[in-house]
Amino acid sequence: MQALESVSFDLGAGEVHALVGENGAGKSTLIRIIAGAEVADAGTLTIGGVTAGRLDPHTARTLGIATIYQQPALFPDLTVAENIALALESGHAWRRIDWPRRRQRACDLVERLGASLDPDRLAGTLSMPEQQIVEIAKALGADAKILIMDEPTASLSDREVTRLFGIIDVLRRQGAGIIYISHRLEEVFEIADRITVLRDGESVATLRIDREGRSGVATAVVTQTQPRVLKKGDENELIRLMVGRELAAVFPKRPVQPGEVVLELRQFSNREAGVRDVSLTLRKGEILGLAGLVGSGRTELAETLFGLRPASGGTIEIRGVPVHIESPERAIGAGIGYVPEDRRRHGVVPELSVAANTTLASLRAVSRSGFIDRRREHESAAQYVRDFRIRTPSVTAEVGSLSGGNQQKVALARWLSTKPSILVLDEPTQGVDVGAKAEIHGLMQNLVEQGLSIIMISSELHEILGMSDRIAVMRGGTIAGTLARDEATPDGIMALALGHAANSPAVHP
Amino acid sequence: MNRRPNRLIARRREIAVALSILFLSAALAILRPSYFSLENLNDLLLANMPVLITAIGMTLVVLTGEIDISVGSTFAVCSVAAGVFAKLGLSIVWVAVATCAVGTAIGAVNGALVAYVRVPSIVITLAMMVALRDGLRWITQGAWIQDLPTGFQWFGMTQTAYPIVAISSLLALQIVISWGMQHLSAGRAVYATGSNQDAARLAGINTAVVKLTVFVVAGALTGWASVLNAVRFSQIPSNAGIGLEMKVIAAVVVGGAAIRGGRGTFTGTLLGVILLGIIGPALTFLGVSAYWERALQGGIILAAVAFDAIGRHRSAFTASSSLSVAS
Repeated sequence: MQALESVSFDLGAGEVHALVGENGAGKSTLIRIIAGAEVADAGTLTIGGVTAGRLDPHTARTLGIATIYQQPALFPDLTVAENIALALESGHAWRRIDWPRRRQRACDLVERLGASLDPDRLAGTLSMPEQQIVEIAKALGADAKILIMDEPTASLSDREVTRLFGIIDVLRRQGAGIIYISHRLEEVFEIADRITVLRDGESVATLRIDREGRSGVATAVVTQTQPRVLKKGDENELIRLMVGRELAAVFPKRPVQPGEVVLELRQFSNREAGVRDVSLTLRKGEILGLAGLVGSGRTELAETLFGLRPASGGTIEIRGVPVHIESPERAIGAGIGYVPEDRRRHGVVPELSVAANTTLASLRAVSRSGFIDRRREHESAAQYVRDFRIRTPSVTAEVGSLSGGNQQKVALARWLSTKPSILVLDEPTQGVDVGAKAEIHGLMQNLVEQGLSIIMISSELHEILGMSDRIAVMRGGTIAGTLARDEATPDGIMALALGHAANSPAVHP
Repeated sequence: MNRRPNRLIARRREIAVALSILFLSAALAILRPSYFSLENLNDLLLANMPVLITAIGMTLVVLTGEIDISVGSTFAVCSVAAGVFAKLGLSIVWVAVATCAVGTAIGAVNGALVAYVRVPSIVITLAMMVALRDGLRWITQGAWIQDLPTGFQWFGMTQTAYPIVAISSLLALQIVISWGMQHLSAGRAVYATGSNQDAARLAGINTAVVKLTVFVVAGALTGWASVLNAVRFSQIPSNAGIGLEMKVIAAVVVGGAAIRGGRGTFTGTLLGVILLGIIGPALTFLGVSAYWERALQGGIILAAVAFDAIGRHRSAFTASSSLSVAS
């Protein structure tokens, strides 16, 4: 799969260059290439006027590139000073450690960021923003000229964000170039000097923000196509750039007449997993698309509904009957099937045969008083292999030997053999090739025509728009809005997912 | 590219071990025909029956991705318990039942800690191994149990009747468990839990109960093995089963069970026990010092594990390259 098509991106010293784009637009791949974690197969990377050849993480570091990930990666049992020292000190294993120098350097670096931290505190006791400060101090100590920040504000409060921006300002004035990735567009407008929009692995536009006019009207100019001027707060134009494209694939979706309500969630919550007050309904024969950014709580919602995590509040009603689901067994009993996101980790049992995988959740149906009827099992599996066109040498082949798309079909077959009335599909076509994708979509359509109801979690706007009868958009663990099939647009969904409802512009601090 | 999981390929380990057994037997038949005396074979069978029974329990545990290294100590505790029960005047049948109950209890403690407290089984059973072994040493003060009642030895049977009865019951156990693991939902649950615990849980399998159960069964079988061992002698040593865990794990691994769980057959375990069982005495017959036996066992384990690792790398490679071609 090609993650990046053709990206042009440049970063000047003392500049904050933001990178925006929807899920899967290629932001992570791009920064992984810049940080040396992945290798580009075409194109050049020039740093300080010198073309860098094959970058590996070590070379990237020596060239002054540092990455600060959303989740700081510190050693929790070591002190602040040790964590910083580990990143900076080199030398043989038997050298003497100069503790006072270590502490002093830690203090100096943290101070340069306008912060203060006890160098002897264990990293595990630090708050999230304090851990980030340590990460940034590490980068600073390594004399990083290029800092990559991947969603640094995702787990920060507003006050902490303001402080982080103060630090970024300090770094900018010290001449560092910063690549800033964020889904929060208002932040991007506030901190960035330029914005590059990635879409489908291509850089579609680079906009310049007029720093002088920051407090009043900011102007942004599209540099790659004809120049354009945007008003500050007009993030909708940015959203349009992020999603703007035609629906290329043809989806087999035919409109259905939705029947009675089969599932109703009221104020459904899981505080631990960050799901709060989700209320939604699912009708018979309907595909409900669950859209939202990665981390918006969609998978957590599905897992709580399926009894994998305990719910902390709210009610579930299935066909008007309140039910309690505290284990997958109960969920299966209540007629819910769940095809998880991470196929390899949760979906199939690689060492068991296709037949055994297919019947794993419905063994009772193919056994008599605990004895598995092998013939019936194989017949049932063979039926699914035929219906779903699963490419396998036989039903006794190990599932681990099949391709991703075929594994996904086996996972789907397992849940259909439980005869569920509600099927939750988490990223059903992630990582499968185009052909298998179309087949899975066709299957979904057949299923709802047979009266099944589907909740489909997908990060692909295409798929959401193409397959859903209704679309619920999640943000921050709850439903930000629900759109009917005919009123849903890519921009509308993105606006809800990012928290910029088109008719209610976000208020800036 | 051949990615057909052909029947022979799936059974290649069993075939390899079976061929090794045949090769070794053939070599012995030529070099030392006396190895195949009825007396020697009888001794071999009786000595390895307890190993096989324990290995069947171990296979169950290993299939779920866990391990039980306390079987040797459990075996010792059960052996002594059997002697004590016999001297208390229990009939031999009740001695067997009570001894299995002791093993079951030990397995239940192991299993509960692994399944519900979620401590890695290697740590739990290591602690159990040491605690039982040294606890037993302290209680018995190293004394052996002697003066066992008549009717204890050979279950009160004649010395020719006993092996026949014991072996047929063992064959029955082997067949029932091999068949059951393939044809019962419970067997499927064991394989699924070991292969992918998360997926098994998602499919509605209570993986904690599965893990508890395999440890309980392993404990019970170890108890049964200790009874079959104890009745061979007129006294019961308090240090029985030293190194048994090593022998049993070796047999299971050589038989093709994956130590990370999910893969393995009981036929493989049977063949593993046979191979390891004939190697030791074969060394003696060939005039090699018996001290080499353990070293050879270790070498065989290393070879088996390396064989697995190489096979896995290769299949991982074909699986990933088939991704792009198939579907």
